Amino acid sequence: MAIEIVQPSVGLSKIAVSETHGEDSPYFAGWKAYDENPYHEIHNPSGVIQMGLAENQVSFDLLEEYLEANLESANWGQKVSGFRENALFQDYHGILSFRKAMASFMEQVRGGKAKFNPDRVVLTAGATAANELLTFILADPGDALLVPTPYYPGFDRDLRWRTGVQIVPIHCDSLNGFQITPEALEAAYDHATSMNIKVRGVLITNPSNPLGANIQRKVLEQILEFAIQKNIHLVSDEIYSGSAFYADEFVSIAEVLESRNYQDSERCHIVYSLSKDLGLPGFRVGTVYSYNDQVVTTARRMSSFTLISSQTQFLLASMLSDKEFTQKYIKINRERLKKRYEMIINGLKKAGIECLKGKAGLFCWMNLSPYLEEPTIKSELAIWKTIMHEVRLNISPGSSCHCFEPGWFRVCFANMSEETLEVALSRIHEFIKERKQGL
Amino acid sequence: MEVALNNNTHKLLSKIAINDGHGENSPYFDGWKAYDTNPYHPRNNPSGVIQMGLAENQLCFDLIEEWIKNHPEASICSPQGGFDFKEIALFQDYHGLPEFRGAIANFMSRVRGSRVKFDPSRIVMSGGATGAHETVAFCLANRGEAFLVPTPYYPGFDRDLKWRTGIELIPVVCESTNNFKVTLGALEEAYDKARESNIKVKGLLITNPSNPLGTFFDKDTLKTLVRFINEKNIHLVCDEIYAGTVTNGNEFVSIAEILEEFPTICNHNLIHIVYSLSKDMGFPGFRVGIIYSYNDTVVNIARKMSSFGLVSTQTQHMVASMLSDNDFVDHFICESKIRLAHRHEMFIGELAEVGIGSLESNAGLFFWMDLRRFLKEPTFESEMTFWRIIINEIKLNVSPGSSFHCEEPGWFRVCFANMDDETVMVAVERIKSFVLERRMLEIKTKAMAKNKKQCWQNNLQLKLSSRRLEDIMSPHSPLNSPMLRAQN
Repeated sequence: MAIEIVQPSVGLSKIAVSETHGEDSPYFAGWKAYDENPYHEIHNPSGVIQMGLAENQVSFDLLEEYLEANLESANWGQKVSGFRENALFQDYHGILSFRKAMASFMEQVRGGKAKFNPDRVVLTAGATAANELLTFILADPGDALLVPTPYYPGFDRDLRWRTGVQIVPIHCDSLNGFQITPEALEAAYDHATSMNIKVRGVLITNPSNPLGANIQRKVLEQILEFAIQKNIHLVSDEIYSGSAFYADEFVSIAEVLESRNYQDSERCHIVYSLSKDLGLPGFRVGTVYSYNDQVVTTARRMSSFTLISSQTQFLLASMLSDKEFTQKYIKINRERLKKRYEMIINGLKKAGIECLKGKAGLFCWMNLSPYLEEPTIKSELAIWKTIMHEVRLNISPGSSCHCFEPGWFRVCFANMSEETLEVALSRIHEFIKERKQGL
Repeated sequence: MEVALNNNTHKLLSKIAINDGHGENSPYFDGWKAYDTNPYHPRNNPSGVIQMGLAENQLCFDLIEEWIKNHPEASICSPQGGFDFKEIALFQDYHGLPEFRGAIANFMSRVRGSRVKFDPSRIVMSGGATGAHETVAFCLANRGEAFLVPTPYYPGFDRDLKWRTGIELIPVVCESTNNFKVTLGALEEAYDKARESNIKVKGLLITNPSNPLGTFFDKDTLKTLVRFINEKNIHLVCDEIYAGTVTNGNEFVSIAEILEEFPTICNHNLIHIVYSLSKDMGFPGFRVGIIYSYNDTVVNIARKMSSFGLVSTQTQHMVASMLSDNDFVDHFICESKIRLAHRHEMFIGELAEVGIGSLESNAGLFFWMDLRRFLKEPTFESEMTFWRIIINEIKLNVSPGSSFHCEEPGWFRVCFANMDDETVMVAVERIKSFVLERRMLEIKTKAMAKNKKQCWQNNLQLKLSSRRLEDIMSPHSPLNSPMLRAQN
């Protein structure tokens, strides 16, 4: 339409031209392979099976059942005039009934072992926005957050891209099941200091992505002590808290704080979302829960850039206030995820593959290091490419999660049917068999 | 649950967190607070504050509600739409639902009288126009660089464009002497001022139709602006969120039309549009913000950034359904314009009766009221004093021009589309009563001053106070202040 005009190139910002959005990482390359050749049990049985997407599809029937039985309350009530009030509502405090429902849901996910005050719930459009928003509030450009490795690749974008904040890794390794140690915390802090970088906080994911493991209570207390000692913040991303297979094995930082009578809690902040536990990533429901009044006030103001659609707030307020439903959902969801996990672990074991013993999440942390040609990232990526193109499975290489030990892979299991999972397992079985014969 | 607030942690927060960039310490919010603590209600609180500081479009909800009732499939919670639930709930691709993008492009085109087409692949989502502006700023400018913005402008820009991005806003001063039009001279002056202060200008941001003026740019002015930014090689960001509020019979020109009619006028990579459904449709709660850029790189990057503010797929689905219904869309746009025009005319007509004028305008959800003659002095202190009178005595929350960075005191933005007809009349009556009482007071004060010198003035005063109100108001009354006609 427009005539080509030769013009001097027009400047964009440094942020725009940087690669911190992270989409050139291998984490996303596998997605492209899947997009071009997606598996379908009837139409494309030899296509790529998507095992790189941490989605929870195992409990949708429960949500659909709820909606069918509760149409009126989900749909602005019988009087459509409820629509108007809803469409006009743009208060960044959010709909009160929804905030209360979120607080109550978070309590239920923790089995009532921690209490949440609705006035401390700040709503954001997804955990992606929540993590970025918190970073803007807790750190200045050039400062750092300490993050244990391996970690969710999206953090490179969410915590760093527009904020200008850096991530300094806390090295964890398989010798102790990738648990965070006080020594590793100190080492990361010292490393940052030696580079003249100011550390503003520690950000943990509990249960962990990609490990699929709960952080032990003792370790949580050590991390909190470390944060107090260094006078920095502690952010706990607990978006997988409802995906812990055993309710009593997940310990939230909220419980640790409650047991200390909330001493030193004003440096603690929790990120939550409904994308994983409820399987609703499209609805963009995230929250920042802070024990610090000023953070709550500031976060609320900043949430103007990323509010949750009032239509969605309305729907979920009614759903999550139904305690009978949520209790049932949380319980059944845990059971189904556990069953899936056992299925994949046993299937991999039969194929001769070990996984990290985890008891949470929508994925397992698979160890293929015995099958690498050399213990290097290069070999890891080589085997990953083979798995993508020949075995036709999209799994996530540990290096894209900043894992320092080559050979680990994150494999998602909750975003497909059981039948598809069987197909994936049999493909892996074949692949390893051939690999063993070949080696 | 009591949590002790440790003052030490104040130092633990970022500079952004502790500065005033959120903008809420501005007096702009005092009016809102006055309203929140004493909101008007026709039965429960008839003497409360009437909210006229909120630019919302509430005039056409009946049309929307009817559509919703007749289209249950638009909701994923209904039996008809329910089978889509899982697919919609899982969809988190930042490209957005294809049908959503298509519907938005279609709507944007129809709002502009179908005079121009929009490419769905250039539609990028954001958390409302608020999110869109911030994202565009992040894409186009670095910390410390600047955007030029004509005054008066929407106060929210100070937060949206500056707070977390660290960029500056440099005012392009517009004056009432030429109806606040943007002139090339003012642009050059602002640009040079920035240069002298060693601030790099990366773009010009215009709101068209304008908030708070309610006017829109004519074609020639738009062309002048486009040539200016092209010559300086800076970006042009056009906030067109009020495009659908331009009343019928008036030729609103979108920047999209300029590019179509004069394709060689500039480098298209410099042009970006911000849009939203909050004003034209009246859906601020649904957070449907749109970035439309003619620059491929910006589309790409803004799309990646949209991860921080995607539109809920539940809402995308509903909007896609509604805005693909061309019969509904055309009827809605047309009817909305008619109702807005009627409301606007009603208001300014009534105010003209008591000598209150406003800037002539044909768009927006508000008008720009001229209260200069009510100020004791032509200063912002006087403006604020008078504004407090308006809030506390007349009990109306209108927005003072200073909060929009207007360079001349005495102007106020008055919103008219966020209330029903009865409330409009109450507001109008309150203003009229105030003006008339003021006049009575002026008359009495003048009369009393004269009385000190001449005793016979007593008789005159008695005669004056016994005269009917209408006599005082008649154009033939020698005591009447000159009528301020609406400016052209």
